[in-house]
Amino acid sequence: MAAEDLYREVILDHYKNPRGHGVIEGADAQAEGVNPLCGDEVTIYVQFADDGETIDEVKFNGRGCAISQASTSMLMEMVKGRSAQEIAELPKEQLLEEVGIPLTPIRLKCALLGLGVLKVALHRAKGTPLPEEWAGLDELELS
Amino acid sequence: MAVKAQSRLDAQRLRADFPIFEQLIHGKPLSYLDSAVTSQKPRQVLDAMRTFYETSNANVHRGVYTLSERATAEFEQARQKVADFVNAPSAREIVFTRQATEALNLVAYAWGLNNLGPGDLVVVTELEHHSNFVPWQYIAKRNGAELRMIHVNDEGELDLAGLDELAKDGEVKVVATNLVSNALGTINPVEKLAEWAHALGAIMVVDAAQAAPHHPVDVQALGCDFLALSAHKMCGPTGVGALWGRRELLESMEPFNLGGHMISKVRFEETTWGEIPHKFEAGTSPIAEAVGLGAAIDYLNAVGIAAIEAHEQELAAVALERLGEMPGVVLYGPPADRRAGIVSFNVEGIHPHDVAQVLDSEGVAIRAGHHCCQPLMARLGVAATNRASFYLYSVPEEVDRLVDGIDKARRILG
Repeated sequence: MAAEDLYREVILDHYKNPRGHGVIEGADAQAEGVNPLCGDEVTIYVQFADDGETIDEVKFNGRGCAISQASTSMLMEMVKGRSAQEIAELPKEQLLEEVGIPLTPIRLKCALLGLGVLKVALHRAKGTPLPEEWAGLDELELS
Repeated sequence: MAVKAQSRLDAQRLRADFPIFEQLIHGKPLSYLDSAVTSQKPRQVLDAMRTFYETSNANVHRGVYTLSERATAEFEQARQKVADFVNAPSAREIVFTRQATEALNLVAYAWGLNNLGPGDLVVVTELEHHSNFVPWQYIAKRNGAELRMIHVNDEGELDLAGLDELAKDGEVKVVATNLVSNALGTINPVEKLAEWAHALGAIMVVDAAQAAPHHPVDVQALGCDFLALSAHKMCGPTGVGALWGRRELLESMEPFNLGGHMISKVRFEETTWGEIPHKFEAGTSPIAEAVGLGAAIDYLNAVGIAAIEAHEQELAAVALERLGEMPGVVLYGPPADRRAGIVSFNVEGIHPHDVAQVLDSEGVAIRAGHHCCQPLMARLGVAATNRASFYLYSVPEEVDRLVDGIDKARRILG
């Protein structure tokens, strides 16, 4: 794979100018996860609207490789304004389509770290279902 | 054997022994700079294993028929080669294991579980691979002993000034270190540590997985009590490693794995153990793999360990100099003359995985990650590093390709 295919413009843009980067103090939902392989770390904060269901505000911070940080940044744009249940059911393929680059199984874990962390945060706050592969993990470790 | 002992090696010529280099990666020649994690295999080793399977394959120490005798002879010959390679007083002190990790677990369980207790201290170093760290941490905790750590200085070398402080308020029973650090290439002063350990009545356990491929290993000169190595890092196959242990210690130890072959007499009421080394080799051994390890040792001896080490240090020195000139590149570890052919570095603002990915697109394979050394990464204050490691088949042009690849990563991601 040519490096240019992987690090295409939109990935680099999200990596260098992450959307929704920051912390929500006293967030309604929060979770953090690490990908021990790269040492990627992501923490996600969620604030719900008055209906207690719609994602009103969502932010992340962390450090890691371009793929993990860019895909989490893209995820922030995707989920704002949608319901917790909807995001709990969001298939990972939808995020991967957005990311839009060919990924080896190892780099797939980088790309899906943010989504896993967000689902854990929603699970903790709202009891939404967790995909089997992430169930039971308090501190998300995708290895 | 195609190769001859010489003071300088001809890497370009040796490279032809390794079929893996006959392919292109992303349309480019393969530049394999990850030998510290596993080495490539020469035809001589692959042929020895194939010949064994085609002409001598049978289980060892069992049958009375010709093939089994032949297989046993080849297996035991491989044991003798390992013994000679590490200058062990006797081949009976060589136990075949799956790899260095299993060898170290064997010591931690079969010795540690029966000899450690409250008030005892187990001393490891901050440079340890998890394989010589986690088993000790686990057994110490299980038996109520305390784990302590020899720290490294900023150059990634062990700080021995605080040794006496480390030994306070307890009895040091085990000192465990690697001979060469897999993460930084640091060559550790095992002789000194062994002297210190023995003065305190402790055993000295050495992980030589990263040393054996390219640094002389002499268990008698090191003065250690146990030493572990893995075949796959030294031109041999995966699936086999070896433990050397001092005879009286091995004889006094309980077995590690239980089952066939390791017994003397089995009765319903009780079982007695076989002689060393068989006491520690339950079940069918990795026979063809051991034969492959023997062939790898022949290959390394023919090239010459001193020549391999000198060649790698030369490459590491060039790499350290070239990378050191690049703005934004941070180097870790000691100067070139005090390390093996391993160069750990970071590129400011670019995650190691992204550096490695861009290099892969250029056909250059390097490692990016914590190198199974999370305590060391914490000490360095990083989550991960890039690591380029050289071996007897590495050539200077590969340093150029490494530098060009890093430049490309900086153009794309910087």
